[in-house]
Amino acid sequence: MFGFILRRLGLLIPTFIGVSLVAFFFIRLLPGDPVLLLAGERGISPERYAELMHRFGFDLPLWKQFIYYFTDLLHGDFGTSISTKKPIFTEFFTLFPATLELSICAVIFAVVLGVPAGVIAAVKRNSWFDHTAMATALVGYSMPIFWWALLLIIVFSGMLGWTPVSGRISLLFFFPKVTGFMLIDSLLSGKAGAFQSAVSHLILPTIVLGTIPLAVIARQTRSAMLEVLGEDYIRTAKAKGLSPFRVVAVHALRNALIPVITTIGLQIGVLMAGAILTETIFSWPGIGKWMVDSIFRRDYPAVQGGLVLIALIVMGVNLVVDMLYGLVNPKIRHQR
Amino acid sequence: MKTMSRLLAATMLVAGLAGAAHAKTFVYCSEGSPEGFDPAPYAAGTTFDASSKPVYSRLTEFERGTTNVIPGLAESWDISEDGTVYTFHLRKGVKFHTTEYFTPTRDFNADDVIFSFQRQNDKNDPWYAYAGGTWEYWTGMDMPNLVKSIEKVDDYTVKLTLTAANAPMLANLAMDFASILSKEYADKLAAEGKQPDLNQLPVGTGPFQFVAYEKDAVIRYQAFADYWGGKQKIDDLVFAITPDASVRVQKLKAGECQLMPYPNPADVETLQSDDSIQLMSQAGLNVGYLAYNTMMKPFDDVRVRKALNMAINKKAIIDAVFQGTGQEAKNPIPPTMWSYNDNIQDDPYDPEAAKKLLAEAGVKDLSMKVWAMPVSRPYNPNARRMAELIQADYANVGVKVEIVSYEWAEYLKRSQDKERDGALLMGWTGDNGDPDNFLAVLLGCSGVGGSNRANWCNEEFNNLVTKAAAVSDIAERTKLYEDAQVVFKKEAPWATIAHSTTYVPMSKAVIDYKVDPLGSHRFDGVDLAE
Repeated sequence: MFGFILRRLGLLIPTFIGVSLVAFFFIRLLPGDPVLLLAGERGISPERYAELMHRFGFDLPLWKQFIYYFTDLLHGDFGTSISTKKPIFTEFFTLFPATLELSICAVIFAVVLGVPAGVIAAVKRNSWFDHTAMATALVGYSMPIFWWALLLIIVFSGMLGWTPVSGRISLLFFFPKVTGFMLIDSLLSGKAGAFQSAVSHLILPTIVLGTIPLAVIARQTRSAMLEVLGEDYIRTAKAKGLSPFRVVAVHALRNALIPVITTIGLQIGVLMAGAILTETIFSWPGIGKWMVDSIFRRDYPAVQGGLVLIALIVMGVNLVVDMLYGLVNPKIRHQR
Repeated sequence: MKTMSRLLAATMLVAGLAGAAHAKTFVYCSEGSPEGFDPAPYAAGTTFDASSKPVYSRLTEFERGTTNVIPGLAESWDISEDGTVYTFHLRKGVKFHTTEYFTPTRDFNADDVIFSFQRQNDKNDPWYAYAGGTWEYWTGMDMPNLVKSIEKVDDYTVKLTLTAANAPMLANLAMDFASILSKEYADKLAAEGKQPDLNQLPVGTGPFQFVAYEKDAVIRYQAFADYWGGKQKIDDLVFAITPDASVRVQKLKAGECQLMPYPNPADVETLQSDDSIQLMSQAGLNVGYLAYNTMMKPFDDVRVRKALNMAINKKAIIDAVFQGTGQEAKNPIPPTMWSYNDNIQDDPYDPEAAKKLLAEAGVKDLSMKVWAMPVSRPYNPNARRMAELIQADYANVGVKVEIVSYEWAEYLKRSQDKERDGALLMGWTGDNGDPDNFLAVLLGCSGVGGSNRANWCNEEFNNLVTKAAAVSDIAERTKLYEDAQVVFKKEAPWATIAHSTTYVPMSKAVIDYKVDPLGSHRFDGVDLAE
């Protein structure tokens, strides 16, 4: 297992260099620059333009800019935002817990509903449940997030008044951030009603962000289960006289889980994309919204630093998924 | 740990206030996050709404709901005969905010004024570079060239010497970038090596003092008890940052906030019919226009420009693009601005006359570009749609149009190119309520290759607006600007298209809110019904 982890870690080095390169050049490939956007409709004189470009160091040759940026990265300096003038690292980790909290809730929501739905659909193949579940999953998968979110807000917050419209917690609650996770902080605050308020604010964004992963996981679980259910050892298990529940839950599901875990891992990327829209609509102070704002402002350091940090996190998650894989399936960790 | 204790203390403070009988909390669903809390390095209205408006005061102020300049931290001022020396007499006994992070030991005085301006003006000032040196408005309003010196005469007198007479100066000093910061606070931060805090934890003399900012989520302020203009009627002011316009509407309806900015034009009608909501509106201080590049053929010929103006059906544009929430423009300045010349006749919508005039100018089979902005602005919510309507209008007079668009930054860059082809959709929102801020900035000779997108340098017009900026008598200035608008219409460097209407939806409980013609959102003087 140790060697396996080392090999995986070794692979991360070239990936990290690649990501730093891509992050650096990606934002510079976009037309325009931060100085022009700062000036807006007013326009800017060539002298002033040159002065500001120089001040930010954007007048240096690209390779030089890259070397400075990469050296800083290696020293753990992710740069300073042009717009807020604050260190990217601080900015990022102020907002990251909000995104993480929402993403974890969305994944739990998707797995808790998606895996059982997929299993039942596979076991009761071609039943009404199977057809309904899979049709619903198809609809969920194709749902435009923006529209779906607004619809839920209008119905549940506007018409029924069951959930708050947006935000992370009622404005009445004002307590220090300890972890940045509102569910935990609200409990720590010891204020009556704070935790309930945080939960009620999480419901709609969780559903919206979790919808697509839910659909994907349900469909993936179903097809993986169908494949496994046709295997010889399932027939053997049945023939041994094991209860149908034991056959499905222990013998079939465990083997069907490998592709499902991969899918869940891959959904992290989908979650990041979904987070941009979900965070915008629900006024959720996370990194999705922040990245988009930074891109629009051509805040080069923020985009570069943000992308590298996100990449590091995704790489970390993938590493964990790989290790889980190894745990679930010993064949993989012994491969050379 | 320090942040935490500060927050804890602030929490207790707020909790204490909440415990007190009838603490009034006003929640504003703002549209975005401020970039920082020092207004001077920035140019965005969103940042000003959260920084300069609640937290700071200026030497002069705009009277609420108008563009009139009234005394602020300067109680009065004298202007020299030749209009180049302004002597400001400062208000005495003005207190700076006492916060968790700063306790002032002295009142506001001339040192604070000198500090607030000098840091933007003097490249050698230790504070010049603290926020990247991007003093956008100071340079944008041409202050480096206008200001010769800023001197302290005594603790309560400041002398501002200009290089030439400049009538809009008093209005400039009421703008956000001219907010007065505490020198004592800045000195303390510098001594502790915590300069960036000047932009994060603000201290001012304004109606509200800063309590806490949770990035991208909530900003909290409380009324400043010792405000020089008197304590506010509301106790707490909260900005709930809500980027999506439809969600802001839902929040307002659900009572999660009392006021919101920038509704979608499509939502205005529903809001109008809602019993719990009052919808205030005001003609925005802006103009959306189509600028011909008057340096390039055939647009250097005034007949061509006039003909193209006559080909545009503005009414259809107001209906389709603004969904009725705007009005047709005939002048380059909006009708709410003083010196607006209402006697001017707009070029009529007359495709036949347009065809004739084009033939007269010897233009046949003209094909041109119309540039459509990729972003939505109050003065042009949907430039693409507008360009399509203009394309159809021009087709009616035999002019073929290719619509071009670039990503915003690239659009801004290319729009400044003097050899740009065709006509460009653009617009402007006023900064200080002075006609100079439209006419000289957008159409003066010095703006060619920059903010003057028509690259139009007309001697007669330029002389009029230059002269108007140098005299201080309002009647005389009015006459000069009115004449300038006559020249503008005759020469037609733009097709003036529209002025938008600003809508501000709010709960019926809001009392005495005034829509700011300059487009900002300020809550001094506002009250909430019990």
